[in-house]
Amino acid sequence: MRCSRAMNKPLTERIDAAEGSGGRVSLDAYERADGYSAARAAITSMTPEEVQGVVKDANLRGRGGAGFPTGVKWSFVPMGDAAGPGHKYLVCNADEMEPGTFKDRYLMENDPHLLIEGMLIGAYAIQADRGYIFIRGEYHDAARRLEQAIAEARAKGYVGDQVFGSSFSVELAVHRSGGRYICGEETALLNALEGKRAEPRTKPPFPPVSGAWGRPTIVNNVETLCNVPAILRNGAAWYHALGVGEDAGTKVFGVSGRVRNPGLWELPMGTPIRELLEVHAGGMQDGFELRGILPGGASTDFLTAEHLDLPMDYGPIQAAGSRLGTGTMIVIDDSVCIVDLSRNLQHFFAQESCGFCTPCREGLPWIEQLLADIEEGRGQPGDLELLEKNAEFIGAPGNTFCLHATGAMEPMNSALKYFRAEFEAHIEQGGCPLRHGKAG
Amino acid sequence: MSEVVNVQLISALSKAETAAIEAEIAHLPNRESAAISALRIVQERRGWISDESLHAIAHLLGMSAHALDSIATFYNLIYRRPVGRHVLMLCDSVSCYVMGYAGIREALIEKLGIHEGETTADGRFTYLPNVCLGACDRAPVLMIDEDLIGNVAPEGLDEVLARYE
Repeated sequence: MRCSRAMNKPLTERIDAAEGSGGRVSLDAYERADGYSAARAAITSMTPEEVQGVVKDANLRGRGGAGFPTGVKWSFVPMGDAAGPGHKYLVCNADEMEPGTFKDRYLMENDPHLLIEGMLIGAYAIQADRGYIFIRGEYHDAARRLEQAIAEARAKGYVGDQVFGSSFSVELAVHRSGGRYICGEETALLNALEGKRAEPRTKPPFPPVSGAWGRPTIVNNVETLCNVPAILRNGAAWYHALGVGEDAGTKVFGVSGRVRNPGLWELPMGTPIRELLEVHAGGMQDGFELRGILPGGASTDFLTAEHLDLPMDYGPIQAAGSRLGTGTMIVIDDSVCIVDLSRNLQHFFAQESCGFCTPCREGLPWIEQLLADIEEGRGQPGDLELLEKNAEFIGAPGNTFCLHATGAMEPMNSALKYFRAEFEAHIEQGGCPLRHGKAG
Repeated sequence: MSEVVNVQLISALSKAETAAIEAEIAHLPNRESAAISALRIVQERRGWISDESLHAIAHLLGMSAHALDSIATFYNLIYRRPVGRHVLMLCDSVSCYVMGYAGIREALIEKLGIHEGETTADGRFTYLPNVCLGACDRAPVLMIDEDLIGNVAPEGLDEVLARYE
């Protein structure tokens, strides 16, 4: 399974090489750069358990936000007769809606065959005969590119009956979503895929045992699946060596906000926050200072300037009280009012609650309203204690079916922890001292 | 519903719409599972989902119109009211907020003369708020129909809007 070609940017090297064609990797270009060789080798010469084993050994962890080990997840799927009669499903979560996150769209639009090859290998590893790419409704270009790529792969015999001339068959299709952030939650996504309201399901049972249409189902993020071909081609040891910290592989990291050069870069797992901000994103724009970051999307806790030397690995970011999340960070500068920013975040979470569980449906709009009161000068002494008490109840895992409200309270609690003086100043001064900031 | 009414409602879907919906059903375990895809397919051709369209789709899928409506109204990209010739979605999520969303919103409301959820009197634009559009390195961002437009500034809005008649 070894190949002389050992990429150190397995996710984006082909996109960089396709600069001449606008970064769009064609099927020809993909195959010239060893594309589909890993899927062909895995499907024609390895057992599903061997494929699972390589991914487990590589310690690939979910890139959608939760960081669960992919190979371990795959191993929960019942195999052979134990699965019972009927389909098994591999679903790619391409519902990229975590605010501040823009990595999966980049991968799908520019190198759709990489995702398809990852899905072929994943489907083979769990012996799924149906694969769906669940893509958010606003990603028109990415959906078209994927549909075209599936058709190209089918014409070559890579998708459909007896792929690569083997006895393994798998159908792939793109499902375009009707909207709503909650579809990114894996059981809500499965309900949406089944054509229902996207309300999360109670767990257990977990999807690997009972998922889409009650059948064993694995849901993996786009970037996670895009890692799989190179892992199979180059091996677990190679993948471990790519990371510079405790986690394996590379990651498409991103930075947005008032930095000089916002963007995406594929870098080793464990790259320090400071390197991302100062080297790749070019530091803060003139006239702006860093106040904090949301390291991995809107539902991750704030970190501040004291955390910049932390490596972007799952463990250290968690130890600092936050989450790696999607690895695409939002930079908060000194023109931003933290109370009004918190109101913006809670407006998002309140609006995007599916409305099923009471603490989330009723609690999040209540938090948003309290923040609006504080911002607009109607704050009262004791409001912050009230906010904390309710945030604790709303955010406690187990009070709701899914982690939507829990995620909502991560930036809320950490805003109170790091920027409490600013909240107090709003209440004491009867309104926003910054008046929505110097940047407008 | 009587048989006669049903026949009329089925005829409300075009052959092309029915064929596109049946193609979705073909790769799903049952007909109702195509509900969201069917709503999208019809909306792509008609701009929105009228009661008549809703009933016709529900009949084709073998489900009640009420059940389909509870699904249609859950999803923000399914429109149960008429929209303008162009749908403009302005991102109001955190990266765009940090990069000046408020100024863009103010300028849009002034130029279009409408607020979120409304359509201009000439039927040209419907303005909707939207969550993160996944182009945060180019914030602030908006989407008109299927076009993603980044690095929007209040002073550049006229030029952007002029492209959509």
